[in-house]
Order: sequence, then C-alpha cells, then structure tokens
Amino acid sequence: MKKTEPLIFLERRTYRVRRLIDAIRLVPILGMLLWTIPILIRQDANDPAPISSVMIYIFVIWAILIAASFLLVRWITRTDSSWDSLMSGDETSD
Amino acid sequence: MLNILIGVCLLYVLALFLVAFWAERSALRGRGRWLRSPWVYTLSLSIYCTAWTFYGAVGYAARSGLEYLTIYLGPSLVMFGWWWILRRLVRVGRTQRVTSIADLLSSRFGKSNLLAALVTLLAVVGTTPYIALQLQSVTLSFSAFAEYDATAMSLISHDNSAIIVALGLAFFTILFGTRNLDVNERHHGVVMAIAVEAIVKLFALIAVGVFVVWGVSGGFGAMITTIDQSALVEWKGQGSRWFGLTFLSAAAFLCLPRMFQVLVVENENERHLMTASWAFPTYVMLMSLFVVPIAVVGRNLLPDGSNPDLFVLSIPLSQGNDTLAVLSFLGGFSSATSMVIVASLALATMVSNHVVMPVWLRFTENRASEFGDVRRVITLARRSSIAFVLFLGYLYYSMSGGGEALASIGLVSFTGVVQVLPSMMGGLFWRGATRAGAISGIVVGFVVWVYCLFLPSFGHDLVFSKSFMDLGPYGLAFLRPQALFSITGMDPLVHAIFWSMILNTASFVFISLITFPSPIERLQGAQFVNVFHHSTAARGWSGKVAQSEDLMVMSQRIIGSEQAQNLFRNEARRQGGVGYLPDPTPEFLERLERELAGSVGAATAHAMIAQIVGGTSVSVQDLMAVADETAQIMEYSNRLEAQSNELTRTARQLRQVNEKLTRLSVQKDAFLSQISHELRTPMTSILAFSEILQDGAGLSDDEMTKYASIIHGEATRLTRLLDDLLDLSVLENGQVNLNLLRVDPAALIDRAIATVQAGSGRSNIAIKFAKTESRISLITDPDRLSQVFINLIANARKYCDAQDPELLISMRQRENRIIADFIDNGSGVPNEDQELIFEKFARVGENKAGGAGLGLAICREIIGRLGGEISYLPGQGGGAFRIILPLERS
Repeated sequence: MKKTEPLIFLERRTYRVRRLIDAIRLVPILGMLLWTIPILIRQDANDPAPISSVMIYIFVIWAILIAASFLLVRWITRTDSSWDSLMSGDETSD
Repeated sequence: MLNILIGVCLLYVLALFLVAFWAERSALRGRGRWLRSPWVYTLSLSIYCTAWTFYGAVGYAARSGLEYLTIYLGPSLVMFGWWWILRRLVRVGRTQRVTSIADLLSSRFGKSNLLAALVTLLAVVGTTPYIALQLQSVTLSFSAFAEYDATAMSLISHDNSAIIVALGLAFFTILFGTRNLDVNERHHGVVMAIAVEAIVKLFALIAVGVFVVWGVSGGFGAMITTIDQSALVEWKGQGSRWFGLTFLSAAAFLCLPRMFQVLVVENENERHLMTASWAFPTYVMLMSLFVVPIAVVGRNLLPDGSNPDLFVLSIPLSQGNDTLAVLSFLGGFSSATSMVIVASLALATMVSNHVVMPVWLRFTENRASEFGDVRRVITLARRSSIAFVLFLGYLYYSMSGGGEALASIGLVSFTGVVQVLPSMMGGLFWRGATRAGAISGIVVGFVVWVYCLFLPSFGHDLVFSKSFMDLGPYGLAFLRPQALFSITGMDPLVHAIFWSMILNTASFVFISLITFPSPIERLQGAQFVNVFHHSTAARGWSGKVAQSEDLMVMSQRIIGSEQAQNLFRNEARRQGGVGYLPDPTPEFLERLERELAGSVGAATAHAMIAQIVGGTSVSVQDLMAVADETAQIMEYSNRLEAQSNELTRTARQLRQVNEKLTRLSVQKDAFLSQISHELRTPMTSILAFSEILQDGAGLSDDEMTKYASIIHGEATRLTRLLDDLLDLSVLENGQVNLNLLRVDPAALIDRAIATVQAGSGRSNIAIKFAKTESRISLITDPDRLSQVFINLIANARKYCDAQDPELLISMRQRENRIIADFIDNGSGVPNEDQELIFEKFARVGENKAGGAGLGLAICREIIGRLGGEISYLPGQGGGAFRIILPLERS
C-alpha cells in the first residue's frame, strides 16, 4: 500500500524490458487494424475482389503476428527479469 | 464399415480413459512435470474448437465465405493481447482461488451468491444448446457413414447414438472430473485427455485438407484457381458482421464457462500464457487453413443438396478413402467430446457451488459444527450436476429434433454467454463497479438477448408470430425484436450483439455510478483492480480463540482432514505456537476462506466462515486502506496497529505461560502430596504387616503367606512408581540407549492391543485398528515404541467415558513419515488442559482412576528420543492423540 515516488530514469535493462512490454501490448492493436483492411475493400458487384487474395492476405497477417508475438516473448524471457517484477513493474513508472 | 467405425471409436475412447488415468496417477505421485508444461496448457485451450468448428466451419464457409474466419480471429487477438486482459484475469483467478466464471464475479462483487446464481443460470441456458449441437454432430457423422453403408442403417438410429454418447461422456466426466475435490480445482486427467484430443482433431483436419488440395485438386496453384472460380465463396466484405463476429468470438473466448475453466482455473503457471500467446493462434490458424479448399471442393464434387456441414467426412467417403474418413470422424468425435467434457465439468462446478451448496447451507443454518461430511455432499452435488447438464443437452437435442435449426445456435449461444463480459471487465479494471450494477447489467443483457435473438432463433410462429416480428408487440414498432428503436436494416445477429452489449454496459455503468458498494465489495474491488500491487489481502474477519476448534472441524469436512490439519498446524507454527489450533487472526481467517473457496466457491466459503465467526467486521482502517487516500496516516496507524496486535499477542502468550506455570506449580504441590500419599499407603501396610510377621507367634502358615504376599504386592507397586520416575528422569537427561531395529509398527500396535486387553481383565473398550496401507517398515526401538502404544491404549481404556467406549487406531505413511492416530469416542481433553497433559504429574480433573500422571510425559520423552512427535489432536469428537515418526531416525 506504500506509495513510492516513481523514478524518473530507469536502468538501461529495465528500460528495455518496458519497451518490449509496450511492443507486446501493441501486437493485438496492430492485428485489429490490419484485419480490418479487407472489409474496407470496395464492394463492387461487377468486379469482386478475388477471394483467394483476401484469404492469403489474412493468413499472412496471421503468420506475421504469430512470429512477432513469438519473438517478443522469447526476447523478454531472455532478459532474466523475474516474472513478478515483470508483472508489477509496468504500472508504477516508465 | 460401420462396425469398424464403432470399433475404432471404442478403442479411441479406451485410449482416452487410459491417458486420463495415467495423467492422474502421475500427478498424484508428484511426477509428470510435462503435465505442467505450457504445451499441454496451449493444447487444452483448443476446446474452443468444438465439433461446431470442426464440421461447421466448412459449412459456414460454403454458405457465407470468409466470414468463418472471424470465429478464429477474435480468440487470436485475445491471445496476442494477453498482456491486457488474460494476464490480469489469470492472476486474479489464482490469488482468489476462483473456481468458475460465476465464482469470479461473485467474488469480485462482495461474494454475492445471487450474482453467482445468475451467471450460472445464464451459463446453463447459453451452453445447453451448444452441448446439444455436439451430440447432433456425432449422430450426424454416424449417419454420414451409414449413407455409404446401407446395411448398417438399422444398427444405429439417431437417438440411441446420441444417448450412448451422452452417457459415455457423463461417465468420463464424473470419473475424472470429480475424483478429488482438489483445492485448486485442477483436473490433470481431463486436461491431458483434451490435450490429446486437440492433437487428434488438428491432425485429422489437416489430413483432410492435404488430401483435398494435393489429392483431389492437384496442387496449390490449381486450388487457388478453383477457389477464385467458385462463385459460392465470393468476398462480400460485409463490414458490420465482420466486426461484430470478431468481437463476439473474442468476448466468448473469455466468457464461455469451458474456456474460463481451461484458461484460468486449470492454469498451472502464469508463464504458460507467454507460450500460449503465440502457440494458440498458430493452432487456430492451422485449424482454419484448409477450410475454404474443403468447402469449395465439396461444392464441386458432391451432388447438390448434400449437407456442407459434413464435407469433411463426405469428401473422403465419396473418394473411397475410408481410412481418412475414419480419421476425420475421430477428429469430429474428439472435438465434440472434449467440449462436452469440459463444459459439463465447468457448469457442474457452478451449479453445485452456487445453487446446490447455498440451498443446502441454508437448510443447515447455524449448525456449522454439526455438518455431516460436507465433502461427500459436494462430490454428490457435482456428480449429479454433471448428469443433469448432460441430460439437459440431450433433452434439448431431442426436443429440437436435431435439425438445421440447431446448426445456427452456435452464435446465438455465444451472444448469450458474453453478457457477462461488461461486468467482468468492469470488475477487473474499474473499482467503482458495484454488485447492483453488475446484476442489472447482466439481467438487462440477458433479457435483450432472449428477446432479440434466442426466442426468434426458433423460427417463425414457434414462439413469436410473424406479425409480432414484423410489427412489434401490440403494434409497438419500436419494440420489434429485430429492429429495436425502429432502427431497421441491421443484420439480426449484429443487431442483437449491438443492443444487448450497449444496454448491458449502460445499465451496468449507470447503476454502478449511483449505488454505493458494501465494504466487502470495496475490499474485493481493490484487490481485483490492483491485483499486481495488493498481494496481501485486506482483512475482513475478526475471530475469537475459542472458535479455532470449530473452524478446524468445519475445514476438515470440506477440504479433508489431512489437508486441514496441515493448514492449521502450519499456521500455528507460523504464529509461533505448537499444536493444531492457531489463533484465528484476520490473516489466518482470510487464508482459510480462500482455501475453502477453492473447494466450494467464494460465496459459500464466506458464508460458512461467517456462520462460525459471526459477521464480518471491516474496520474503519480497512476502508481507509481501500480508499487509498490517506496513505501516509494509514501507514503510520497500520504500524501502530501491527505493534499493538503484536503486543496483545505477546501479552496473551505471556498470560498463557503464566497460567501454565501457576498450574504446574499447583500440580507439583499436588503431586508431592500425592506421591507422599502413594508412597505412604504401601509403606504403612508393609510396616504393619511386617510387624505382625515379626511378632510371628501364633500365625498359621496361610496367614503368613497372605501377609507376605501383601507386603510383596505393595513393594511391587512402590517399585513400579519408582521405576516410572527413574525412567522419566533417565529419558529427560538423555542417557537412554536406544535399541534400534527394523520393525513393522502395525505388529507393535497389535501386540500392544493384546497386552492391554490381557492385562485389564474387564476389557470393556472396543478397539478398532485400521491399517490403511501395506507393510510399513520403520527403524526404531520396538520396546520403547510398544511402551508408548500400550500407554495410549491403556489411557483410552482408563479415561474414555463414553457409554460404549471405542478406540479407533489408524496408521498410514506420508512421504517419509508415519502417522498414527489414537482416537476414542469419549469427551476428550478440555481445551484448557490440552497443553498440560504432556507435563509430568499432570492429571486432568479429579479423576477416579489412580496413576501418578507420568504416562504421557514418558510417552512424549520416548517419542522425542525416537525423533518424532506426539501431540493432542483437537476436533476429532473425542480424545485423540497423534504420533508422527520418521521412517528412519536421523
């Protein structure tokens, strides 16, 4: 319950971990944006978008998001930060 | 063909039973680290992919194009975004020992059972059609085979295969889902079985996909052309449905009872989320990869009018590839069974914890310490709930006739279940959310869902007439079920999602804003929202010392005696005491409540403790802590409070020690007079009779012998008393030599029983000895240990004051220790004497049976020398002693 003064500057490694967490947070937002693009494609009854390209687009985005998620998680586990500090650290200071 | 299929099916089911059984055994023996691997966790999440997605996704794609993908995109986004929601959800679930989604909400909103019951109702209504859908898929896939094998048609009718499947699943779930009332509600056997099923269904779908692309269509390029040429799955790009369905599936991923079960309740380690965050999206991506090719090829290959929901099966069958067809059947079967198992387990936990237990608790109100075996009640409630849920599913299936209507129920079902979402998210992120808000939100959302989607989903004229749908009730156009507020032109499903969510959230927020939460709600709210900061619980209880024993009796009946005894003993140790009864400090009560919540849910656990301890007392300090506004003063006053608590405790301990010393001194005085008396009486008779003998003359031989034997008897008594004293002093000074041998302690007990019964003459006590395990061997001093056993048994015989005295001895091995309990059915040792009985010369009360009060003191010394401990075990309904001995003396 004790309120500590937020530090202004962080150690370099902690700083890096924070930014990795930011990146992890961004993955789903990126996914939401990219997966919305197909529905913005103009609906034209005479010239419908080829279904296969839409499909391939969605799956490629999927694979990219998976790869990004995988790499970020691997990176963050390699920083040796303890799980609890990872979990609670992000809300006190940046 | 069909016979082979049934054979394969049975073999597969048998294999699942073996896997589950084996996983349970490994977990029980503490082996099987792989059981706790992140891969098993990820695979268990795949129960999201039910038979509806296994078969139905292809049908969906054949009917509505790429829209089927939204069902997988939503959950993928949730997993990618684990840092936002899942991380918090899993942590809260673990710290609060949440047993189900209903329990989560009830726990967050002041442990309200009304809310829990409401969520349970919603979950049952939302899940029953879904279970029916799974049963339908299994029967449909059976009949797909039957079409190609007309002779077997008569063998299997729709109904009996559905009922067989339902019965089999009920059996499996009851067997592995309610085997142990695990404190954490984890079911290794079930989780392992569904992980295996996850692999089977993925493999089956990919196999069919590969067969379709490379076996039927002739490669990747050709497949792409075929897809583009098929007009059936053109890209319509309907934005609102795309958005709506992605949102719906993401929300359902979090709110479905079965998903909550595997995501949160069965989670072994928070870190598993990291692996699952990319592995689960990979899984669902692979699941959806071949759906469009299968749909397109099915359309081209199979005759018009064949059911697209069964393309996964009928394509290999029509191509004569029976092996693949059987594999695909197993895939569908796996999807259906794993979903039903976990869903019925999750629902049964909810029904038994939030409906059955509270009702039962009400009937036994104020009799907390007289409860029967609560564990048996809980297990029975769970088992019957599982059967009940599956029966409901079957009933729904046979009532709806298993037709097309059922196929569309999947999304309807999702929409119903996600009505929990606003309250859940509000509860996790917003401290201002209140119980009244949550209840009103869920009720409003539920009503809108029933009105706009659930009832209309039965089709025209079944519930709502066509004019009702078109014109609204009583001609009120703004209340038309599919065009609320006269906003027309929306897709009915999106319409229902949109309005139910908007109205649900609006009333949740509005009511939360205008109501005031109760103290427990505020405490729980702070703990949920700041779960990563408040790792220590805020205190809500204040108990009295006298209640410890009642609490122990209750806990034993809920979480089992061994677990409860360990919990109490560890707590007593932590508080710096000995024995089994810790002070009921607020911290301890809080912890106990959470342990109990792991078995019976938060609301019930809270109610049960409240029955014993009395109401909750939330102090002004606690509320200030919640308000979090005056942190400085708080901290200071907290420290003061802690110090004063500490002082109170020390003072209490000092007082106890003082009392003990006083009692000891009184006892010592009493002993001195007692021992003088004990020595004096035989002495007097020895003196008297030896004088008579001295004067010798005129005594007959008979008389001489009689007097001599009296002298001898009295001298023996004296010697025995002196022996005991000597024995004790030798033991206390540590000069004793132990004669260590490898022995079977059970044999020692048998012998001790025989000795006591032979020596007693009138043996009126019934002695039962329960050897629970096979031979135990122990390195110890057999003579000394026998002495202890004899002493305890003789004590029970002497002091047990029951009408029909009975002594129950039990012995078992736990890791490298042996635990022996001696429990009689008398009135036991009163609370205030429990810590004295092991002292020298201690005798409880004014007792009829003479003895110098050395027996238990000698026992304690002996057991201490043997490296173990002996203690009085309270709360067993009689005098009870427990001996714990190491297998080998260290």
